Amino acid sequence: MNKPIRVVSVFCLVLFLALLVNASYLMYVRADSLSDDPRNRRIITATFSRERGAILVGKEAIARSVPSDDKYKFQRTYSQPFKYAPITGYFSWYGQTGVESSQNAVLAGDDSRLFVTRLVDMLSNSDPKGGNVQLTADAAAQDAAWAGLEGLPGDAQGAVVALEPTTGRVLAMASTPTFDPNKLASHDFGAVAELSKELNADPREPLINRAIGTTLPPGSTFKLVTAAAAIESGNYDADSQVPGGYRFKLPQSTTTVGNYDGGNCGGRRITLTQALQVSCNVTFMSLANELGVEAMTEQAEAFGFNDTSLEDLGGQAESLYPPDLDPPQTALSGIGQSSVTATPLQMAMVAAAIANDGDVMRPYVVDEVRAANLSVLDRTDPQTISKAISSTTAEELTTMMVATVDSGTATPAQIPGVQVAGKTGTAQSTADRPPYAWFVSFAPADDPQVAVAVLVQSSDTSRSEIGGGRLGGPIAKSVMEAVINQ
Amino acid sequence: MSQTGTLMGFVHRRRRGAELFLLVLALAVGIGAYAAVGLGVEGVVPADLVGYGSWLTALIVAAHITVRIVAPYADPVLLPLVAALNGLGLAVIRRLDLTYEALGQSDTFARQQLTWMTLGVILFIVTLVLLRDHRVLQRFTYTAGLLGILLLILPFLPVIGREINGARIWINVAGFSFQPGEVAKVLLVIAFAGYLVLHRDALALAGRRVVFIDLPRGRDLGPILAMFGVSMMILVLQNDLGSSLLFFGLFLTMLYVATERPGWLVVGGLLFGAGALAAYTFVGNVQNRFNFWLHPMDYYDASPGSYQLVEALFGQGWGGLIGRGFGNGFPERVPFAYSDFIVSTIGEELGLTAIMAIILCYGLIVERALRIALISRDGFGKLLAVGLGAIVALQVFVVIGGVTGLIPLTGLTTPFLSYGGSSLVANWVIVALLLRVSDQARRPAPRLDPVDEAGSDSESTQVVKLR
Repeated sequence: MNKPIRVVSVFCLVLFLALLVNASYLMYVRADSLSDDPRNRRIITATFSRERGAILVGKEAIARSVPSDDKYKFQRTYSQPFKYAPITGYFSWYGQTGVESSQNAVLAGDDSRLFVTRLVDMLSNSDPKGGNVQLTADAAAQDAAWAGLEGLPGDAQGAVVALEPTTGRVLAMASTPTFDPNKLASHDFGAVAELSKELNADPREPLINRAIGTTLPPGSTFKLVTAAAAIESGNYDADSQVPGGYRFKLPQSTTTVGNYDGGNCGGRRITLTQALQVSCNVTFMSLANELGVEAMTEQAEAFGFNDTSLEDLGGQAESLYPPDLDPPQTALSGIGQSSVTATPLQMAMVAAAIANDGDVMRPYVVDEVRAANLSVLDRTDPQTISKAISSTTAEELTTMMVATVDSGTATPAQIPGVQVAGKTGTAQSTADRPPYAWFVSFAPADDPQVAVAVLVQSSDTSRSEIGGGRLGGPIAKSVMEAVINQ
Repeated sequence: MSQTGTLMGFVHRRRRGAELFLLVLALAVGIGAYAAVGLGVEGVVPADLVGYGSWLTALIVAAHITVRIVAPYADPVLLPLVAALNGLGLAVIRRLDLTYEALGQSDTFARQQLTWMTLGVILFIVTLVLLRDHRVLQRFTYTAGLLGILLLILPFLPVIGREINGARIWINVAGFSFQPGEVAKVLLVIAFAGYLVLHRDALALAGRRVVFIDLPRGRDLGPILAMFGVSMMILVLQNDLGSSLLFFGLFLTMLYVATERPGWLVVGGLLFGAGALAAYTFVGNVQNRFNFWLHPMDYYDASPGSYQLVEALFGQGWGGLIGRGFGNGFPERVPFAYSDFIVSTIGEELGLTAIMAIILCYGLIVERALRIALISRDGFGKLLAVGLGAIVALQVFVVIGGVTGLIPLTGLTTPFLSYGGSSLVANWVIVALLLRVSDQARRPAPRLDPVDEAGSDSESTQVVKLR
């Protein structure tokens, strides 16, 4: 009977080998896909009950986990909830957004860069601790941006983005209306679900980070792009004579479009500088018409349109310059109308590129990633995305923007003793909605430290060209002052 | 005579010292795991560690001393293996108890399991002491078979039969729940071994030859058809896929070993295929389990659904290579984590490493059983050891394979680990029987010394001295 016993032994060996192989497959190979299953409450509970790393601005932890005495052990708290909500996002039982989401692996302690820390935690049998995330945000600039938005009249909706032109660091990013991440991080999951439903249904869209998630016609601020394209073409400089006048007749059409104030911009032929100073629609429509859709698309894309650039924060919408505009649309695009749309971040990038000799830097919000023991794991290096314009073009545009602030439409952004470069914008939407007020600027003009874009959608914005300057100018000014005065 | 001498030239050593050393390691596993549970879940070494450890040690030492006295040549590896598994199982059940206690659920599984283990060890000792020669069991071939069938029928009796979780495999006597099927499987192995060792020659007669394999004769199909019928009955009436598979697989293996005819495997395989197909077509439960196995993620929220299996898979995946550590997982999310799904609990908190160790332990138990069968000198002993080994192998494969998603899930307990009195007691008896057979097998062959050299001739009666 020994022969069949040996056969049975081999058969049993096969059975047990199959068990070993399958267990290894399940617990090693398949483990990751099981962890990614959204129904896996173990993963959710574990990350929710872990001592999550802090999110820091300067030396202050704006988001951190404090011990709680319920079964989840830790409660996420936000020290300045509304002000930083667009950047931090929220961390709730049901999910995360913002930096809480983009840096989740580090904050939760699962990131591969934390491997050594994890190993030490494991060997010392202590609970794993998440790493900390240092933001690029500047507390003073963010304070100024938030105060400016809060000070807007009425039921205002708006956003502010401030960039460091030479690096792309996001110094400030605020949006209103916004939400309280503390309430969403509550351990009372019923209330969280209820609140989350409310926030999602709110027509004012408080969960959207308007600074990067809302695209609207950029209006006259887009004239910077048109002017850049004109100077880059080689046919124009700041002192070139360009068409002014009362109205511009769109090509292939009988429609004529005038200036905001109904004026003639100071004559039939004016300098390019003067055209920007008074934000002359006729000039920039005629320039866009002359340059054509290809040159305009190329220039817009060089500044970052038709693409997303932010890699460490989710929710960025693509700013659009459609490359297939017909000639009348192309002419209108020259003044930021037609189907051209931009996020405040995109317009800040345009200003920052002009301030930075034409180099477009990739914007980023995460400066450093640190382990729980404060050792630096990773630091974001500034990265040039593209060369939008030559440095001479940048110089010409800067001069023109300074003139606009000194004696043009952008006077509200003047800072005593500092040269400021800026441009206003008031974009028309439909007749029944108020226009959008835009303001982009950077300062000091000779050594730019900060570039700002402000967007205000407010019920009582006047339809005059001054609107953008009147509402956005002071906010931009206070943000720039906050950075310069440090 | 001289031929016997050369054949038996190799004499097995007793190796009791080795067994004792391995038992110390096994106790370290059991008691260490119990301490680790306290540390992991509650942050302190359990207050009753000394009492618990002493009790466990007393049981194991009692078993060891019994083996020393009544089965000195028995295999030295088996007892330490089951002691380690039983100890680990107790600790894991205790770990679940602590969580169930916090949740306000029933939390006395570990205490009951320890009681059952005590009973199991007592039966282990009784079996070894009373049964000095396993061949005695051959006398009870038909008694054991009849008793086994009777035990299988017990759950259908009106007063004592109980249906728990859809399977009618329980009886309830004086407040104690018992699965008679667990005892029946030991009795059936004895019955099969006794029957097959007598009838193996007849059953081995070749019938028609088809593609190199001699099929059995048609008139010999009676026993296998009867066993097939019993298996299908268990499946249909008791709704117990696991036991059905276990009994039929067990019989088939023993039949093959007894007759040395692969033809029986072909016949058995065909029957099994037909049975499985019929079960799949007509028994909704079987179809469900098949679907849950193929697409577990699709039935997570369904009822009946694959919630239990998917939670077990989530848990084991989360455990990863080295596990979360005692107290850091959520094994209570898996229903029946303390019994059928204890392997997923171990996978979650102790990781792939522990799962592999456990599978290897079971593999070693099966290997020792088959080795005992190889060296056993009598056909009955061989068949008995093969049968007992096959029970463990099939049960482990079906349970661990089911819990890790290798094969469709069937309800069976994991030997020595799972909570469950009937199973634990029956498994201790299985080990006692294996040790008894191995003691006989490893014992030096009786010296066939003629008593009187001078007076011996071919005519006279030879007196042999049996040690």
